[in-house]
Amino acid sequence: MAEPRPVLEMTGIVKEFPGVRALSGVDFRLFPGEIHALMGENGAGKSTLIKVLTGVHPLDGGTVTLDGKAVRIGSPLEAQHAGVSTVYQEVNLCPNLSVAENIFIGREPTRAGRIQWKQVRTQAAEMVDRLGLDIDVTAPLSAYPLAVQQLIAIVRSVGHGDSDGEGSGTKVLVLDEPTSSLDRDEVLELFRLMRQLRDEGVAILFVSHFLDQIYEICDRMTVLRNGTLVGEHMVADLDQVQLIELMIGKALDQLEGLHEHQLRSDVGETLVKAEGLGRTGGIAPFDLEIKKGEVLGLAGLLGSGRTELARLLFGADQPDSGKVTIAGKQVSMSAPNDAIGAGVAFCSENRKTEGLVLDLTVRENIILALQASRGWTRPIPASQRDELVAKYIKALDIRPANPEARVGQLSGGNQQKVLLARWLITQPKLLILDEPTRGIDVGAKAEIQKLVVSLSEDGMSVLYIAAELEEVLRLSHTIGVLRDRKLVAQLTNGPEITTSKILETIASGEHQ
Amino acid sequence: MSATTKTRTAAEGRTASKPAQASAATRLLGDRRLPVLVTVGLFLAMYIAGISRYQNYGFGEPQVFLNLFIDNGYLLVAAVGATLVIMSGGIDLSVGSVIGFTTMFTAWLVEEQGLPLLLVIPLALGVGAFGGFLMGYVIHNFEIQPFIVTLAGLFLFRGLCLVISKESISISNSTVSSMAQTRVSLGLGELSIGALVALVVVAAAFYILHYTRFGRRVYAIGGNEQSALLMGLPLGGTKIAVYTVSGFCSALAGLLFILFIQSGDPLHGIGMELDAIAAVVIGGTLLTGGSGYVLGTLFGVLVLGLIKTIISFEGTLSSWWTKIATGVLLGAFILIQRAMTARKQT
Ligand SMILES: Nc1ncnc2c1ncn2[C@@H]1O[C@H](COP(=O)(O)OP(=O)(O)OP(=O)(O)O)[C@@H](O)[C@H]1O
Ligand SMILES: [Mg+2]
Repeated sequence: MAEPRPVLEMTGIVKEFPGVRALSGVDFRLFPGEIHALMGENGAGKSTLIKVLTGVHPLDGGTVTLDGKAVRIGSPLEAQHAGVSTVYQEVNLCPNLSVAENIFIGREPTRAGRIQWKQVRTQAAEMVDRLGLDIDVTAPLSAYPLAVQQLIAIVRSVGHGDSDGEGSGTKVLVLDEPTSSLDRDEVLELFRLMRQLRDEGVAILFVSHFLDQIYEICDRMTVLRNGTLVGEHMVADLDQVQLIELMIGKALDQLEGLHEHQLRSDVGETLVKAEGLGRTGGIAPFDLEIKKGEVLGLAGLLGSGRTELARLLFGADQPDSGKVTIAGKQVSMSAPNDAIGAGVAFCSENRKTEGLVLDLTVRENIILALQASRGWTRPIPASQRDELVAKYIKALDIRPANPEARVGQLSGGNQQKVLLARWLITQPKLLILDEPTRGIDVGAKAEIQKLVVSLSEDGMSVLYIAAELEEVLRLSHTIGVLRDRKLVAQLTNGPEITTSKILETIASGEHQ
Repeated sequence: MSATTKTRTAAEGRTASKPAQASAATRLLGDRRLPVLVTVGLFLAMYIAGISRYQNYGFGEPQVFLNLFIDNGYLLVAAVGATLVIMSGGIDLSVGSVIGFTTMFTAWLVEEQGLPLLLVIPLALGVGAFGGFLMGYVIHNFEIQPFIVTLAGLFLFRGLCLVISKESISISNSTVSSMAQTRVSLGLGELSIGALVALVVVAAAFYILHYTRFGRRVYAIGGNEQSALLMGLPLGGTKIAVYTVSGFCSALAGLLFILFIQSGDPLHGIGMELDAIAAVVIGGTLLTGGSGYVLGTLFGVLVLGLIKTIISFEGTLSSWWTKIATGVLLGAFILIQRAMTARKQT
């Protein structure tokens, strides 16, 4: 059977950054009405391929053909006009504008040049509603958590070209890790939408590090490794193990083992004790105890208050009520410095705005927190510093393994690893990890989870937040369940605790 | 079981993702209109204080209020241009020089070259706009800091003033002086042509910023330039247009300044870019861009004007107190902005 003509064909794509060859001669094709996964480890070149396609970066070599015609796309605007609509890896919206505006900006309905605000609001509300989101579209974007922002970015890209008759309508939809901070239910909504678009003939390029999602939704996949093409396969022809081998370029055995891994059973005495801690509008007062060497996982849906709870324990938000004792001493928690002083470290989910300094090097970013805790007048000796940095670059497999590289130039997953390294290096008593594996590839994810386990064995307490229930379940001694900004239950992990049991607790909202 | 569980939790989970009901105080601090409201409140407080203190000297006359527009019309126009630039995340330091240049250029063409006013006005506006366009072009295409580029513009236009003449040129053209003296009655008092033009400019800027795609792009770029680019907004075109508009506004301010002072002088308008920026900041526009209102700028200019008025009513105070008061206000408003942005980051 002759294959239909691809809607998009990229051949021999080359992209070089100073010192890095991000893409060397990659071929990629996309057919109408298919969902195509672009796979590869962190730093393999997925986002770069997308940015080259959509005119963010100029091409250093190769050709792009859209609908059989050779094109040169010079900017994201030109890409949209050519029918390529994109959600980039990090949320790229304007926090100062309303949700409705973020969805519509650049193509607001106008009459005689005047923006029809009423129409903007009602249409935006409808579009948001169609994705099953119940939010106020007139509120500024910054009022919503990252996951909701991610959904809004999707709404924007999907809505493109369906109403205004400008441009040619979306032919290609590019989604670069759109699901990295979404919950299961949001993912399902997104998939429903993607299938609908696929059936309408739109070609969809999908990037995700969740292999299950790939197998659930994709028809075909292209695998990249180190900026080169490894192969193009139908999803049905390749199982997960083969796929991982293609991605990492060697047989995997390190991924095994984690499943049978035994949690350390004898956790020590109480390290952190929160009594009646709460904040109006953030989270209802709760009692919580974390023991030395314990991993406490937090489960709950988007907006259930997971991050809010963590922020209170770090002093990033000030509590209205309650008190916190750490290692027997009461801590005031009026600012992060109090918490840091008491040995708490917080690795934020929002690496772009709250974590990394993109213009500094990997080394500077990694030692930032350690240096701050020593005070700026006592610099860390250079040799000790370089040794530490090298150790963590190796432990987390940060690529490129160059401490001098600017963090802004790292791939999304590698940026996440840098942030993680920064807090690990301070050797805190309590490490708060908010979505630490967001955007991290399968191999590295297993590494990080193993690391958490070994830290706990060494006596570090960890508060672990992840959207994936399996992840929480695998690592935690105790699972705190949140719902509607309330801590509703604390389950001791054991054979009888399963993901469906946790889901049940979330749904009923009661202690069992 | 699990299916029903899912749909139920899903719906509730999403409702819960609405922004939290924060306490009244924090909500107010987070409101982008807060700085503007503070400025309006400040203006009213100063105005009422003025009325009660200088009651016997006629401070309460409506004309005293209207004079604020007459005396500061040119500054208002320049500040509107500066608002656009600052809102887009940039800065324009060339405003005062362009104003000075426009007065010289116009006086020279009218008085020494004998060109008709109807030709000179569009010419002067065109030169100002073109200067802004060039600066915008350089800023965008060579990715140079606006601060540096417009600083160069500042020196360039000031130098061009002196190329035309080192002496001031007074304007005796009869049309100019009759326009300068024209007053339009509003019943309670009267406004000059300059004041009316300034009000029209404010209204036009308000419309553009809130009801056109261009205006919204300015906000978007000021909010996050990289995101605006990735959202497919025409970054270059918008930025260049912003500086072009600012150049145009400066030239228009220069023309209004001529009506006010009826001469061209190479030293006119020195430091006026700083007055314009001060008015914008006091009017509640964030220096980091992306947030602000042109109506705030209107009140910023009125506050600055009112300070001058009060000092002149006081009689004994030296006019340097205007600068001191402006400095204090600026400091206070920057602290408010700081508090606002700090809150947003948490
Ligand atoms: N602006 C840049 N300047 C220099 N190097 C860059 C830049 N952007 C990306 N790179 C490099 O290009 C390579 C590919 O990065 P890319 O972001 O495409 O990876 P990715 O496959 O999307 O990874 P991830 O799964 O972590 O998002 C990396 O080595 C990265 O460091
Ligand atoms: Mg990427």
